[in-house]
Amino acid sequence: MAVYSTNEFKAGLKVMLDNDPCAIIENEFVKPGKGQAFNRVKIRNLKTGRVIERTFKSGESLEGADVVDVEMQYLYNDGQFRHFMVPDTFEQYQTDEKIVGDAGKWLKDQDSCTVTLWNDVPLAISPSNFVDLAITETDPGVRGDTSGGGGKPAVLETGAVVRVPLFVQIGELIRVDTRTGEYVSRVKE
Amino acid sequence: MLAEIRKFFADRSVLEVETPLLGHCIGTDPQLDFFTADYWLPPRRQTLFLQTSPEFAMKRLLAAGSGSIYQIGKAFRNGESGRFHNPEFTMLEWYRVGFTLPQLMDEIAELIEGLFSGKPLKETRRVSYQDVFVSFTGLDPLIFSYQDYCAFARECELSEAVGICGQDHALWLDFIFSHKVQPHLGENALCMVYGYPACQSSLAKINEDNPQIVERVELFINGIELGNGYYELTDAEEQSRRFDKELAIRHLHKQPSAVKDQRLIAALQSGLPECSGVAVGLDRLLMLLSDSASIDNVLSFSIRSA
Repeated sequence: MAVYSTNEFKAGLKVMLDNDPCAIIENEFVKPGKGQAFNRVKIRNLKTGRVIERTFKSGESLEGADVVDVEMQYLYNDGQFRHFMVPDTFEQYQTDEKIVGDAGKWLKDQDSCTVTLWNDVPLAISPSNFVDLAITETDPGVRGDTSGGGGKPAVLETGAVVRVPLFVQIGELIRVDTRTGEYVSRVKE
Repeated sequence: MLAEIRKFFADRSVLEVETPLLGHCIGTDPQLDFFTADYWLPPRRQTLFLQTSPEFAMKRLLAAGSGSIYQIGKAFRNGESGRFHNPEFTMLEWYRVGFTLPQLMDEIAELIEGLFSGKPLKETRRVSYQDVFVSFTGLDPLIFSYQDYCAFARECELSEAVGICGQDHALWLDFIFSHKVQPHLGENALCMVYGYPACQSSLAKINEDNPQIVERVELFINGIELGNGYYELTDAEEQSRRFDKELAIRHLHKQPSAVKDQRLIAALQSGLPECSGVAVGLDRLLMLLSDSASIDNVLSFSIRSA
C-alpha cells in the first residue's frame, strides 16, 4: 500500500492509524514563523466512527488503508449474517449485525446500499439516503386530517419506527430520509 | 493598506529600501526551508537562494549607516502551504535605530491600530511569554520539566506530543504554544508576547537582567501569528556561533545545507547600531482586515494556481 506524507493528507484520504483504518476529514498546517511545522489533522476512525484530532510533525507519513466503497445489493438476513452482492460480478459478502449497526433497520431485500470494504472485508454499511418502505403497523388516522402537526409512530417493514403524519395508513409506502430517520412523503406504487 | 503603511513611515522619516530577493547566502534557521535558483553566467553555474526574509541585507544597510529603514517585499519559504501559509508571501520589515524593544512595540501598536481604524480592535495587550504560558497551561516555559510537560499533554489528549517532542525543550514549547496558547491570543485585539525563552532566541539579544529570556516579541490577532520582532543581536561573534549551531542542526537532520552569510558577520563586526526590528506578514494582515478564512482569498493566485 502507498505511503502518504502529511502534505498529501486531504479530506477523504484513507490511512492506517493505530492499526485502524481511518479517513482524513481536515488537515491544517500549523507553523510558528520561527518554529517547528505541524499538521493538525481531524480523522474519523472508520471502525468506530469516532472523530479524533491528532497532530503530526510535518513530513511524517502514514500508510494508506485499502478501503473502498462499493455499491451492492442487499440480499437477505439468514438470522446470523446479512448477505450482500455486487450486481456486476455477483460476488457476495456477508457480515454480522455488529458491522451493519443502525443501517440494518433501513435494509430491505433487493435494495441497494453502500458497503465499505477494508482489505476486502465489510467494515461498514450505509443505506441509500432515501428508502421507500411499507408501513406494517400504525394507529388508524383521522380522515381528512392533512395537517403536519402532531403525527404518530409507525412501524415499517424492516422494523424501523418513524413518526408519520396522522393521515398515513397501514400498508402505504412511504419515503424516509435515513440520515435523519424522518418521514419525507408518501410514495405511489 | 500599502498606501497607509507607506504614509505611516513617511510621516516618521523612515526610509523605504529594496534589497535583493536572490542572494549568495541564506538564513541558517533549521525551521526555514529555502528555494534555490540556478544562476548561469557561462561558463560558471552558481546556486543562488531566494531570500526567506530581507533581514540580513537590511542589517547590512543599517551597519553601513542607513538609519531607520523599512521594506515591503516578497519572501520565500519552501514547503509552507496551508490556510495561513503560501510559500511566496509579502512581508513588511522595519528597523528603528536607537529603539529598544518596548519602544518598537509602541510603534507596532500604533501602526496596527491605525490600519484597523475602519473596524477598531479592542485594547492592545502586552504579556510576557512566561505569564501567558503559565496562565493557559500551568507550566513554566523557562524550566523544562519533562514529566510535567508529558502529563499536561496527556491531560489535553495530545499524548502524541511525547513521541514528537522527546527531550527537545524548544520543540515542546512550539507544540504546546501553538496548540494551547496561541489560539487564545488577541481576541479581536492585538496581543504582543515578549520575553521569549532563550532556547527560542533566533536573532534576538539576550535580556540583560535575565539570561533565560531574550528580547523577542511576537504579534497575534485572533490567534493568528502576524509578526516577529527583536532587539537585534549586534554581537558578531555570538551571531557567528548561533549560525554554526544552526548549521550543525541542519547537518544532523540531513537538511539542505545553508550558506553562512559572512557579509552579515562582517557588517556586524564593523558595527551594527543598537536597533530593534520587526517583520509583519501583510497577507495575513489583509486576511484579518477582510475577514478572509484562507490566505488564498487575499492572493491574486496562490501557489496551486500560480
